[in-house]
Amino acid sequence: MEVDVVARATTLSDAAVSGDRLALSRLLTTVENRTPIAEAALRRLYPSAGRAHLVGITGPPGSGKSTLVAALIAEVRAAGRPVAVIAVDPSSPITGGALLGDRVRMQAYAGDDDVFIRSMASRGHAGGLASTSTAAASVLDAAGFDLILIETVGTGQSEVEVAATADTTVVLEAPEMGDEVQAIKAGLLEVADLVVVNKGDKPGAQRTAAQLRAMLVASAPRDPADTRPRPKRPEVLITTAATGAGVPELLLALDRHRAAAADGGEVEARLVRAETQVWAIVADRFRARLHDPAHAASTAAVLEEVARHRLDPFAAADRLLSEIEAD
Amino acid sequence: MSQRPIRVLIAKPGLDGHDRGAKVLARGLRDEAFEDVYTGLRQTPEMIATAALQEDVDVVGLSILSGAHMTLVPRVTRLLNERGMADVLVTVGGIIPDDDVPALREAGVAEIFGPGTTIVQVADYLRANARPRD
Repeated sequence: MEVDVVARATTLSDAAVSGDRLALSRLLTTVENRTPIAEAALRRLYPSAGRAHLVGITGPPGSGKSTLVAALIAEVRAAGRPVAVIAVDPSSPITGGALLGDRVRMQAYAGDDDVFIRSMASRGHAGGLASTSTAAASVLDAAGFDLILIETVGTGQSEVEVAATADTTVVLEAPEMGDEVQAIKAGLLEVADLVVVNKGDKPGAQRTAAQLRAMLVASAPRDPADTRPRPKRPEVLITTAATGAGVPELLLALDRHRAAAADGGEVEARLVRAETQVWAIVADRFRARLHDPAHAASTAAVLEEVARHRLDPFAAADRLLSEIEAD
Repeated sequence: MSQRPIRVLIAKPGLDGHDRGAKVLARGLRDEAFEDVYTGLRQTPEMIATAALQEDVDVVGLSILSGAHMTLVPRVTRLLNERGMADVLVTVGGIIPDDDVPALREAGVAEIFGPGTTIVQVADYLRANARPRD
């Protein structure tokens, strides 16, 4: 790695850790753009991250994720705790552009240095986050934010990636979004540690919450020796984010979940997160090797063979892997 | 690495409630492959500078139709300078009398887009003038 890259990464990360918000922001940009500076900085910062509580907030478009995040910020600040937010909105699949609009609801904290909000475009990554969201959270973690809220893009039924990134996953539902059958389908609700029915002042909120409770909690008891993966039994809460009603209770539930996770399940969740991160880097590195000047031509030739159906994709992958091994 | 999208903050300082233009521009720049952060109505200069810093934008675009630009715009540029963001391009869109233009430029505004400016003109200008990115 080049010396000036390491020097720049060291300067930025040390400044970010010591409270320089502009340096923190610039560092997040390098992470988002996956520059060599970001890699050097993440190597430096990773040992001091791992202390923050990462909370994923997910749910369908319009369920009130941004408004709830704003209400949570207010609650957390009232308790004197610092908080960071990563708010992800989708990039256009056509142009690559994005309109990041989550901040609209979170602009009340301009004078407060202990609130840091960063919008990220998903940049082609499916699953509800950007590919660099986890790395961005590590940077904010190392910078001393002990609570990090990660707001996903508006999700459908199966964008569950946030559950692998966050320590605690909150799934938002709006009243009357579906019947009981929606609640027992596989997918988003299965990964929830907490389910929040937002817009609690709308008719039907109580009934929606009651249906979700009945369906999500009702899973058959198991023999403790049975180690197969089992569904979570999320707590179901009601909030009205726009007025703040129910938000203190939500923060208490988040803190309870964090404490419980620290006693047990956390190790497994962190292992999943580590695995996801490392495999993504392994894949990136393989791809970079296959595109470097020594291999680019033969890689392109193999891909073309596959496109023409002269070579199957499995044989192609084996051939590319063996080329790298031969180096 | 790869060319990343230019990030633009689109903000409406002050008290005027006419945000159609700002929203149309935000949408238009999205289609021109920019990443824009939209902050909504009634922003104080402080809010705008904080958002610009946390989002590490390359451009701050201010939309003002109220006539208060001579008060609000220099406050925004001063805060950006104070916080180490003198390299951020500041542009203004809205109804700006010709007589006010020299003073706004003096305050650090790079370009002023009046009525009739097209999205493509704005996009081309920003691509040509936004700060170099790493």
